Amino acid sequence: MTTEAITQQLLELLVELAPEFETSEIEHDEDLREQLDIDSMDFHQLAARIYEVFGVDIPEAERVELTTVERCVAYIGAHRT
Amino acid sequence: MPSLGADMEHGTLVEWMVEPGQQVTKGDLIAVIETDKGAIEVEVWSTGTVEQLCVDVGVEAEIGTVLARIREPGDPPAEATAPTPASTEAEKPKPAPTPAPSTVPAAAPPTAAGRASPWARHLASQRGVSLSGVAGTGPDGAIIGVDVPQAKATPARAKGSDLDAMRRAVARAMAKSKREIPHYYLSTEVDMTPTLAWLSRTNAALPPPERLLPALLLIRAAAKAAREVPQLNGFWRDDQLEMADAVHIGVAVALRGGGLVAPALHDADSKPLPALMAALSDLVRRARRGRLRGSEMTDATLTTTSMGDRGVERVDGVIYPPQVAIVGFGRITERPWVVDGAVVPRQGMTVSLAGDHRAHDGHLGARYLSVLCEHLRNPEAL
Repeated sequence: MTTEAITQQLLELLVELAPEFETSEIEHDEDLREQLDIDSMDFHQLAARIYEVFGVDIPEAERVELTTVERCVAYIGAHRT
Repeated sequence: MPSLGADMEHGTLVEWMVEPGQQVTKGDLIAVIETDKGAIEVEVWSTGTVEQLCVDVGVEAEIGTVLARIREPGDPPAEATAPTPASTEAEKPKPAPTPAPSTVPAAAPPTAAGRASPWARHLASQRGVSLSGVAGTGPDGAIIGVDVPQAKATPARAKGSDLDAMRRAVARAMAKSKREIPHYYLSTEVDMTPTLAWLSRTNAALPPPERLLPALLLIRAAAKAAREVPQLNGFWRDDQLEMADAVHIGVAVALRGGGLVAPALHDADSKPLPALMAALSDLVRRARRGRLRGSEMTDATLTTTSMGDRGVERVDGVIYPPQVAIVGFGRITERPWVVDGAVVPRQGMTVSLAGDHRAHDGHLGARYLSVLCEHLRNPEAL
């Protein structure tokens, strides 16, 4: 799976979470919490969907670092089997 | 038209989910109404046959207006009355004088307008267009922002944007609360270190979709404490405290783009934790997509609010009438703690309580906080 494909699928998961937004509106290098107004419940649901779609488990301790689309994509790319 | 909160005065029927002749069972979803706090799914409160839909889609009706007639087994057929048509929106439907069969808020052809995201509604309001008839491309056919350009121009609604309406609804409820309820406030700090350690161990054995959030344990502790100190779990009505039998925790949910709702998480004291986590996740998701149910908007017995995600260390809430208390949870932070005479770093959190002084006093509130903290210190028993 290419980085572009991961990015596109992640954006779709984010829009699924926050349907008020469109994928084209999401900046890849900006803080998701500020940009999409997501909280810990949202991120819990996002982590669950990332696990279901990519098979990647994001430990609680690492979630705090995954603040942007770019960081999430890099993490998924590095841990996807 | 059911009352879905102290701040509701009227609602607009946007979707019927049943039709005349259809069998319904108590608890079935039968209609969607639009309120200042978004689209709410309405359940039926009796079992029987839908005999008549009394209000057309698009009609704004005051609380108490008969929306539909349900004939219960054994009831004679009722004399039909003409439905309130959509074209007479300006005319306020009057309650039916003879509620022969059970009268409930009830249904007609589905319209996607009830399944619009708050952002789509906001855009539509800003552009002066109607979402009625727009084909949604969001989850479950919901209308999302990208669908709004399909909408046809319509005269702008006098009530303004939905977010403005929600702001006014919150303003009404909070003003009523502060005007009528003599609040008292208490707070304490709790060491969350054992709670978080237990949570970490528990989650390590679970796949991501089944993991528990710290927020769930806070709600559970608040619910269990409410069971043990029932004077804080109920309503102030007719100058007296009505203690509730069930413990339904209102969960304050901030909506993206503005607005606040506090739907009820049912049986939060007794439901198994995995099921409660699933229910909480579903509740928050539906709250943000405007698909809450009428019962969830009306039967919370005690509300909790958590501002920890936003870095707030302490929140003193405003009681949502007719409830008699609200619990606030602050951010969990590492802080110095004295353990066995030594100062050590611990994960601490401030828990606050706003109580209705008409219903109980600070002594009882202090006991409630003490019980709540004891539950948090013993997460295995949650």
